[in-house]
Amino acid sequence: MAETTAPLTTADGRPLKAALAKAQSRAKRRAFLLVLPLLLFILLTFAIPIGQMLQRSVYHDGFSKTSPNLAAWFDANPQGTAPDEAAYAALAADLVLMKENRLAGEAGTRINYSVPGTRSLFTASARNADDLTPPFKEALLAADRKWGEPLIWVAMREAASPWTTDFYLTGLDMQRSADGGVEKVAETNRVYLWLYVKTFLLSAVITGICLLLAFPVAHMLATLPMAKANLLMILVLLPFWTSLLVRTTSWIVLLQGQGVVNSVLVSLGIIDESGRLAMIYNQTGTIIVMVHILLPFMVLPLYSVMRVIPPSYARAARSLGATSWTTFRRIYLPQTLPGIGAGVLLVFILAVGYYITPALVGGADGQLFSNQIQFHMTKSNWSQAAALAAMLLAGVLVLYWLYDRLIGIDKLKLG
Amino acid sequence: MKKLLVLSTALGGFALPAMAQEITVMGWGGAYTHSQTEAYLKPFAAQSGIKVNSVDADNPATPIKAQVDAGNVTIDVASVEIADAVRLCDEGLIIPIDAAALPAGADGTAATDDFIAGTLTECMIPTDIFSTVVAYDASKFPEGAGPTTIADFFDLEKFPGKRGVKKGAKATLEMALMADGVPAADVYALLETPEGQDRAFAKLDTIKKDAVFWEAGAQPPQLLADGEVTMTMGWNGRIYNAAVAENKPFKIIWDGQVFEWEGYVIPKGAPNEAAALDFVKFATSSEPLAKAAEYISYGPPRKSSAPLVGNVFGTDVPMSPNLPTSPENMTNALGSDLDFWVDRDTELGERYNAWLVSN
Repeated sequence: MAETTAPLTTADGRPLKAALAKAQSRAKRRAFLLVLPLLLFILLTFAIPIGQMLQRSVYHDGFSKTSPNLAAWFDANPQGTAPDEAAYAALAADLVLMKENRLAGEAGTRINYSVPGTRSLFTASARNADDLTPPFKEALLAADRKWGEPLIWVAMREAASPWTTDFYLTGLDMQRSADGGVEKVAETNRVYLWLYVKTFLLSAVITGICLLLAFPVAHMLATLPMAKANLLMILVLLPFWTSLLVRTTSWIVLLQGQGVVNSVLVSLGIIDESGRLAMIYNQTGTIIVMVHILLPFMVLPLYSVMRVIPPSYARAARSLGATSWTTFRRIYLPQTLPGIGAGVLLVFILAVGYYITPALVGGADGQLFSNQIQFHMTKSNWSQAAALAAMLLAGVLVLYWLYDRLIGIDKLKLG
Repeated sequence: MKKLLVLSTALGGFALPAMAQEITVMGWGGAYTHSQTEAYLKPFAAQSGIKVNSVDADNPATPIKAQVDAGNVTIDVASVEIADAVRLCDEGLIIPIDAAALPAGADGTAATDDFIAGTLTECMIPTDIFSTVVAYDASKFPEGAGPTTIADFFDLEKFPGKRGVKKGAKATLEMALMADGVPAADVYALLETPEGQDRAFAKLDTIKKDAVFWEAGAQPPQLLADGEVTMTMGWNGRIYNAAVAENKPFKIIWDGQVFEWEGYVIPKGAPNEAAALDFVKFATSSEPLAKAAEYISYGPPRKSSAPLVGNVFGTDVPMSPNLPTSPENMTNALGSDLDFWVDRDTELGERYNAWLVSN
């Protein structure tokens, strides 16, 4: 047998290898061009905004951009130096700058985040900044005694650089103390840490209830004949297509003190008029309504996985002598795991970030962490909102990582 | 240079007719936007030929910051609360409006003297004075034995039943202190101190168990109508509107009212600034302000408007007794201190949130 030593060529005489590589790279380019619009879209509408938001959580130039003189003084004098005449002169010069550029409010707002009650100090002092004469220390202290407070100087030192950890400190229920260290805030003002833990706990409870409710439903949908299953599927999807607000307010109608459920219970004599159940405007309300709203997100992935599990496996197990419980536990359940994983992850992540439902039906104790984010958004404190959002994101990423380690993200099946 | 001039003229020529035709006004929705539409938007559009679009937001101050920061301003005029206006003005997000350039009052008083003292600020022209009050369902109490003072709101023994409480520190803390016997004049001095804040929260503690917290202004009348609460804090205009338009037996307790004012601002970079300014001048002149008060029970901020306020729209009942600014309603009233809240909003808001979620 004669062996061919000459390289393979295409019909037009080019080496096959080169032709193939060229064709492949063309295909790759084309594929890349096809996904390019989506890539740009995601970059523009997702990656960049989120990046900007995260940057805001550690960056706030409201004070620093209008305090060059103070920044220079802080650079020259280490933490703990008592403010001297030079420091007050720098402050006076910066106040004049603030007045010129109409930035006193913004600068004051930044300091006010750290030391409440100082915003008006800046706006009032800047208004009269042109009248300040040396010695500046006496002049400023005469204008307002607050300028002598160490806390304000600690806050100004921190804010003189636009990069700051102040917003994360607040998110951890901490603040800077007068000596520049870090301390816990007063007990009455601690809200974030506990709420953070509570948000994850409540989300876990909601996810658990969703799973318990959705599993049998999805199983039934998967085993019924197609025609009936489709009809039932519409019942699952119908609430999915209804506006979130409509669903939330209908729950209010059902669950409130004078609502349908309570009235029926009273008229049946199960509870009396004074014993009407508090099922809404509290934590119970948040759980009930959120379970209802998030249920389809659990049913759908479960259904899509159960649909393709061959019934013959379970039959084989039964024929080999397994009890129905053993069959479920060892044959059926493991095969549904990808669906369970997807549903749990989906519902949990959605629940962690929910805010409109807890805001409407949560009352006092049914609030979630995202309601605090919304609070700061409406107070225009975007940096604080960004820091809290980043904390939430970090929590979710940690759970995602755990999930990947324990179950494996490749086992996820969304449908 | 010449080319640029030609180009910009050409562009301007295209843009101007298209832009001068319409302005967008952002309001709060509900009965409040309705009053502004009837009293300001429609008459202005009829008079000037400029099309006026109306959009709503939960609090128009929030989109203003978002739009100006993003450099994509779509609203020309927005209705905001005074505290937000001062903050936005200080941050340079809204433009100064020269009050001296406003038209004189119907009685000839110069605009700067016509507005109630203290309501005019650099960037906002007031449109109305509203008030946070306590309202109750009269049918839930025996005839003539209903609550009459702010202290009654916190008295669960004498007046049992659930209470609707605003989910926010502003006005809530002031009311708590007034109910605790603090005279209106001393409220803010006390609220500056930690002891005063503790005292306010301690007072709120007494009704926390029976409180239903509301977030949006539309909720209090709904809570009263559903029988969810027997008494609630609320905005006087919303309560009044439910009482009149829907014929509900709601009564307002004017004792301990905390009044504020709101008005029109123009965001920096508004697409049609000139037309927006014309609109603000028109809307805040005596007659339109008086007319708005016939649709919603918010008091007109111009003194010259008071005698022009007629009957409740479409009826022969005089509107005056329902306005926060009427003398008989002002016996124990507190004007919200904007400097205080600009400084303390975040701090007390956080403490209020902490109080909400604690047990």
